[in-house]
Amino acid sequence: MEETKYIAIDQARPKEEKQYSYLNLGPTHPATHGIFQNVLKMDGEVIVEAEPTIGYIHRAFEKLAERRPFYQVTPLTDRMNYCSSPINNIGWHMTVEKLLGVEIPKRVQYLRIIIMELARITDHLVCNAVIGVDTGALTGFVYMFQQREHVYEIYEEVCGARLTTNLGRIGGFERDFSAKAWAKLDAFLKGFPVVLKEFENLLTRNRIFMDRTIGVGGISAERALNYSFTGPNLRAAGVDYDVRVAQPYCSYEDFDFSIPVGTQGDTYDRFMVRQEEMWQSLNIIHQAIKKMPEGPFHAAVPDFYLPPKEEVYNNMEALIYHFKIVMGETDVPKGEVYHSVEGGNGELGFYLISDGGRQPFRLHFRRPCFIYYQAYPEMIKGSMLSDAILTLSSMNVIAGELDA
Amino acid sequence: MESNKAELIEKIIDALKEKYEDQVLGIDSPYEFLTVSLKQEKIVEIIRYLYDHPDTRFQFLTTLCGIHYPDQNSIAVMYQLHNMVTNQRIRLKIFLPEDNPVTPTITPIFSGANWMERETYDFYGVVFQGHPNLKRILNVEEMIMFPMRKEFPLEDQVREDKSDKMFGR
Amino acid sequence: MQTVSLDNVIVSDKPEGLEGAGFFATSLEKVVGLARKNSIWPLPFATSCCGIEFMATMGAHYDLARFGSERLSFSPRQADLLMVMGTIAKKMGPVLRQVYEQMAEPRWVLSVGACACSGGIFDTYSVLQGIDRIIPVDVYVPGCPPRPEQIIEGIMNIQRLVESESLRRRNSPAYKAMLNNYGIE
Repeated sequence: MEETKYIAIDQARPKEEKQYSYLNLGPTHPATHGIFQNVLKMDGEVIVEAEPTIGYIHRAFEKLAERRPFYQVTPLTDRMNYCSSPINNIGWHMTVEKLLGVEIPKRVQYLRIIIMELARITDHLVCNAVIGVDTGALTGFVYMFQQREHVYEIYEEVCGARLTTNLGRIGGFERDFSAKAWAKLDAFLKGFPVVLKEFENLLTRNRIFMDRTIGVGGISAERALNYSFTGPNLRAAGVDYDVRVAQPYCSYEDFDFSIPVGTQGDTYDRFMVRQEEMWQSLNIIHQAIKKMPEGPFHAAVPDFYLPPKEEVYNNMEALIYHFKIVMGETDVPKGEVYHSVEGGNGELGFYLISDGGRQPFRLHFRRPCFIYYQAYPEMIKGSMLSDAILTLSSMNVIAGELDA
Repeated sequence: MESNKAELIEKIIDALKEKYEDQVLGIDSPYEFLTVSLKQEKIVEIIRYLYDHPDTRFQFLTTLCGIHYPDQNSIAVMYQLHNMVTNQRIRLKIFLPEDNPVTPTITPIFSGANWMERETYDFYGVVFQGHPNLKRILNVEEMIMFPMRKEFPLEDQVREDKSDKMFGR
Repeated sequence: MQTVSLDNVIVSDKPEGLEGAGFFATSLEKVVGLARKNSIWPLPFATSCCGIEFMATMGAHYDLARFGSERLSFSPRQADLLMVMGTIAKKMGPVLRQVYEQMAEPRWVLSVGACACSGGIFDTYSVLQGIDRIIPVDVYVPGCPPRPEQIIEGIMNIQRLVESESLRRRNSPAYKAMLNNYGIE
């Protein structure tokens, strides 16, 4: 049989070079909640590579902190993870207390736990509501922001501010929780679980939501650990690391709670881990209220805790302390200390080097968002554009914490 | 529990001294946090050794940052590692000369060090040899100075309406 | 349940004009102003903490939608009001400028938060000390972050500006001179 003279079509045509298109996602984009930019190299609808650019809201926190006395650094820490600012504030205060070697009374620790768990709830509310919005479910968002208003009212009773709270002082709180604060907290604890259950019913077994989020943006536990992930993102990948359990601070060892862990590390797992963590936070708050001890609402740190005004006007010592604190004449031990707390996004660490002066010599924030956002190009490689959007919103990247 | 922890720390120090005694400049435990100051030459080897050695197994990089000591004319790089199984942390510090801070990268061991090293480069000018993409990350790319160094001013120099006398710059 | 009767419905004031059976005559400016002020489409340029307070303002409790801003537009070509909320770093400045230039006249700018108005607490090398260094601003809302009530008052001030603006303002030489000051053609 003579050889066929026909050659296959794809051999006849000259090989064309594959052409990629570049899509710029951000920095201003409705779906990137925060300003960061990704230049996506796309093969049709599939993403081949991504190059992130951050720094669009770099406010030089670490350099600013070197210029401010210790109690003035608290408003800076607020503005890092602004969805859950009390956790940042309390973490910073605990770092300074560690440096000074201050013993904190039990009541202060339990009150701090209540506030931190409330803040964790608000952070996860925003993240989960936003995952819903990015899949098109806008109802959950409106309900969840209504609940955030109730938490804001509790914050207002405790410290006076809604969002960037500047809560507490080095040593404890400015004032004890008033009766109104307790009443609002009780009302919240009664009303919130009902709405959270409604939100769950909307999304967790919703066919569309599950189809869009299961298997999307997954990461394995080994890669996550290599990228230094912490927090809900790491727990969704299967590693049960939680700073509250590994290095208990602020009396967390007295409480009985479990850490939800996922299996695949995809968007659905992250959503469910955060959802379950909210229930666990409610559990912790109930336990704290039941076991609340009596006692002072602040430790005795006269070098940093402003004395009450009646004493300043009547008592010589209090006047001198007031003057020394405001003018910054207090002595601080030299040393370097690292303290970490479990923030809404993971291990939020404060590395403080003090040289004895009234300002930190060096303050470095270990920001979880900054560290795990590096893995984003790897997580979206080979997925479609809409999946990339969902992965981004489920990672809970908060621009203030990313750039600091 | 306490003796357990002390034993662990002993083992770590022994493992380190067994092979790299000459590289260790000082061992300390400020606020119960094991801190080791090292010479710069073999830092990547030492981190790899601590990653693999059965007594240490520091397989999680918590953070990496730079520190400027103007009195000693040096820029330090601080690595903080964590062993999640035994819950032990360690801090390694190396000191680099201010006018030429160069050190090899640890991205082959920890992928998470990628952006952390870029941030240290951006703020202090520390050049990490072998880094896949060493360019500025938080500041504007055209910036020529390294802002976290102590001599760099904090405030925006363009602003003319704030008087130095009142605002204490 | 309160029944709605004509006693507790608030009707906005009608502009001055000539009225009769089946007609109402007034100047075009007033009618256009009334229509525009109640249907401003904002572009929320939310960068940081003030963005979260804006989300709370859009939520059910403080409801910005009742002022006519139900439809947020993320495309500058379809927006009337640029709400800049949050810190603008020098890296972000050119992006903000580009977004402003893409908006079609008439356009207004609302600067929400201390950082957008003047740099706020961040007097640093990397933060733009106020967006009015690069784009013209109509209303400033101070606060860190401002309460939703303050943001709403900012919007109401914008509404007052929109209502009372002359139809010829955007073509007048004074306006063009101001834009030239900023280097915008």
